[in-house]
Amino acid sequence: MTDTVTVTLTVNGRRVTRAAGGHLSLLRWLRDEAGVTDPKYGCGEGICGACTVLVDGAPVSSCLVLAAQVDGAQVTTAAGLCEPDGSLSPLQRAFHAHHAAQCGFCTPGMLVTAAAMLAGGRRLTRDEIRDGLHGNLCRCTGYQPIVDAVEAAQEQQAAGEASR
Amino acid sequence: VTAAAGEGPGIRTSKADQLRVVGQPLPRHDQAEKITGATRYAGDLALAHMLHAALVRSPLPSAAITRRDATAARQLPGVVAVLFGEDVPHNLIRVDVPGQAVQVAALQASMEVLATGRVRFHGEPVALVVAESEDVLAQACDLVEVDYQELPGIYDPDEALAGGAPAVHEHGNLLSQWAIDRGDVDAAFEAADVVADGVYRTQHVDHAYLEPEAGVGWLDDEGVLNLRVSTQVVEHYRDVAKILGIPEARVRVIAPYVGGGFGGKEDMTVEPYLALSVWHTRRPVRMQWTRQESLLARPKRHPMRLRYRTAAASDGTVLAQDIDITADAGAYAYLSALVLLYSSVHACGPYRVPNVRLRARAAYTNNPPTSAFRGFGGMQVVFGYEAQMDALAHRLGITPAEIRKRNALTRGDPLPAGQPIETEVLLAKAIDAVLEAAGPKPAPSGPGKVTGRGLACNLQSYGRLTWLNDSAAAWVGFQLDGSLSVRCGVPDIGGGQASSLAQIAAEILAVPMEAITVHFGDSALTPLAGTTTATRQLYMSGNAVCQAASQLRDQILAAAAAETSQPAEGLRLEEGRITGPGVSISLPGALVTCRRLGVPTEALATFFGPKGKPAVRNLQSGRVFPDFTFGAHLCDLEADTQTGQVTLLRYIACHDAGRAINPRSVQGQISGGAAQGLGMALLEEITLDHGINTTGGLFQYLIPTATDLCDIQPIILESGEGMGPFGARGIGEPPIGPPAAAVASAIADATGTRPTTLPITPERVLDCLLASPYISPGRSSAAAAIPPGTEETG
Repeated sequence: MTDTVTVTLTVNGRRVTRAAGGHLSLLRWLRDEAGVTDPKYGCGEGICGACTVLVDGAPVSSCLVLAAQVDGAQVTTAAGLCEPDGSLSPLQRAFHAHHAAQCGFCTPGMLVTAAAMLAGGRRLTRDEIRDGLHGNLCRCTGYQPIVDAVEAAQEQQAAGEASR
Repeated sequence: VTAAAGEGPGIRTSKADQLRVVGQPLPRHDQAEKITGATRYAGDLALAHMLHAALVRSPLPSAAITRRDATAARQLPGVVAVLFGEDVPHNLIRVDVPGQAVQVAALQASMEVLATGRVRFHGEPVALVVAESEDVLAQACDLVEVDYQELPGIYDPDEALAGGAPAVHEHGNLLSQWAIDRGDVDAAFEAADVVADGVYRTQHVDHAYLEPEAGVGWLDDEGVLNLRVSTQVVEHYRDVAKILGIPEARVRVIAPYVGGGFGGKEDMTVEPYLALSVWHTRRPVRMQWTRQESLLARPKRHPMRLRYRTAAASDGTVLAQDIDITADAGAYAYLSALVLLYSSVHACGPYRVPNVRLRARAAYTNNPPTSAFRGFGGMQVVFGYEAQMDALAHRLGITPAEIRKRNALTRGDPLPAGQPIETEVLLAKAIDAVLEAAGPKPAPSGPGKVTGRGLACNLQSYGRLTWLNDSAAAWVGFQLDGSLSVRCGVPDIGGGQASSLAQIAAEILAVPMEAITVHFGDSALTPLAGTTTATRQLYMSGNAVCQAASQLRDQILAAAAAETSQPAEGLRLEEGRITGPGVSISLPGALVTCRRLGVPTEALATFFGPKGKPAVRNLQSGRVFPDFTFGAHLCDLEADTQTGQVTLLRYIACHDAGRAINPRSVQGQISGGAAQGLGMALLEEITLDHGINTTGGLFQYLIPTATDLCDIQPIILESGEGMGPFGARGIGEPPIGPPAAAVASAIADATGTRPTTLPITPERVLDCLLASPYISPGRSSAAAAIPPGTEETG
């Protein structure tokens, strides 16, 4: 067994400190130590994207990083994308409107990847959206409703910026 | 078929009922929780003092177990238990027809919970380890000592059935066989103008749902064993009770929202092991399979070798089919006999065939077991019968669309096994719909590219085999404030199963969707509704909710009629009120009246599917399934003549859904099913080397990514002819059937040679190009104009 390491992360705006095994992946640390279960275990090898979280704004496969490696970071999961009052963000509303979740298991990872893409600010083509979602597998939808949702959220974001 | 006002694009209805809620593309009620990450899946639950459990699995595909020793493992601090087969009260899992109270001799199957003397596939469970933490668990599993003596194995189903093959089981390697003999096949071949002959091979496919198998178990205050697991079948509580030797009433299975099923969670996965761990330790336990063990050891789709000989007249009329099918059942029976039965019944496709000879068999091998997977044997055969239709069309110089329309089943036509089609078949309309939506075939994007178009149709049963006396129950009750509770044991595996029930209840009881709560998937607290398999939940549970809600409505209207001295026929339930000539009572008021008059404000209904008599081997006994769903898919693709790389350009999938209860959910099933079928067509294969599963992870097992697929355009036809609520047909499985055949047709169109083995990898596309009389690889050509070929290649 590896030694215990104290790690502090700000998860969805909440500061969490846990003393846990230094070998714990960020995914296991979040799920088993911090009780944050929206990042999912899907493959443990960084292929499926179900465990994707934002670490200081960048999408990361949380099964491939140790929690100790990102000590002090800001971590955002799908739950953290909601508005401060708990309501759905524009991206989440677009997922809702386009039926982008079926079984929903890939959805938290899909959402944070999409959020990072939209935060880039550049207007993405439909093909670029597909490229951006390449690392997040979905077995239910055939992706189209997800691509539709990201595209719609992007349109809305662009319209919002234009009217500002 | 007329387009009614207000319907969304892609829906063509011939029904003009006045429905308020059914037919609306409403957001499903489970969406909000799923997109805020709040949904708690089976593996997300953590209980105080919870232990962790894992399996030690066989590293060999065929071996005798010579020694098992858990001494070292048990000595590791933090290890709570190590169990072998001898520690299991009844070390036998029934793996025949999940969730069903009926046993059918031809379908019976079982296997050891933990292997004791012999292992028959790579990954077979041998020991169960329970520990305080996941870290200790991993170490302890490595410390369990099991010695094996390798035994000869057999890895090909045809070889398994040849004389002298090593026996996987004592009683031999033939697991199951079915036959159909209809008409005079030999005479039909004599009289034929054209005969097509082909052999087609499908591969081991994994469900690859995003959520690997998981669950948490605990004993509650009443001593009931609770298992909250990712499953399609809460009725497995019965199988768990048998293994533990305790009354069925002492086991409860709860199915939370499931992260994908596709048939892979129809058989038990973690349930027996979780149950044993809890029973033995008396503490809460979690079991979470890794992706690697899910790929390694959970049953796959049956690989099949399909030999088709098809006779036709010069006008394209199919005269006879002579079909021979061998399926690889792997090491244990599971649902193989049933899957093979589906293949047999569906083997001639959505076409009228007066003379049929079919011989189908499933053989044991030392490969991974194979069992349920969306399409369930009814989909492998599409790859065969659609290739035959293209071959005939090509020989006769008629279009693929024309030959299919000419032979399409219509109401009253019997399937080869004797069952007549009782509902209207919109196959020709589906073909026209995809062709019209597609427009002209795309031209190649540049030099070194060829494009092709493929068309494929199918039929797929919905509802379970009539031999199983299938039933589903549902309870619907008003609360005193007028809100509504629906209780139904359906597991919701992501298809919107629970939400559709709410929509049906909302329609009948005029309650807003927001005022409805659906309680689902609990074997103790919700009326048993059967398995979420076989495309049966909307059909079965939907009808049960329909009946219960109608009964409840009639009870309330009768009470209101008695109270107001009005005839009940003149009263209506409208949003929040009972209205009629001179009558307007609030719903809560009417509910109070019901209580005063002794009229229940709830109703329980059980819907029974049609029943049929089991056949032993020869299928000619008539009705086997409740009904079928029909569809047509069209695929346009481009192939690179140097690399064999295929790019999907357009995919259109059309099915008659009878009535789309929620068009969004139906579109989701069509697009998602097509996507999963395209994965099987182009990418996916569990690779085996003499029974050793060499598929190590999702980096090897390639399911389609967002960039592998093009937009998939779903088209919904609504005949209103289905046997489900409001005329709905089942739609969960049907869309996975046609894609592999549609892709193969398109490759044939592009290259002049048809691939006959799945998956159609770039190498196999290159083989087609090399075999093509029309194209030299690496060169562009006028291939786009060449009609589909019929030659066989690897």
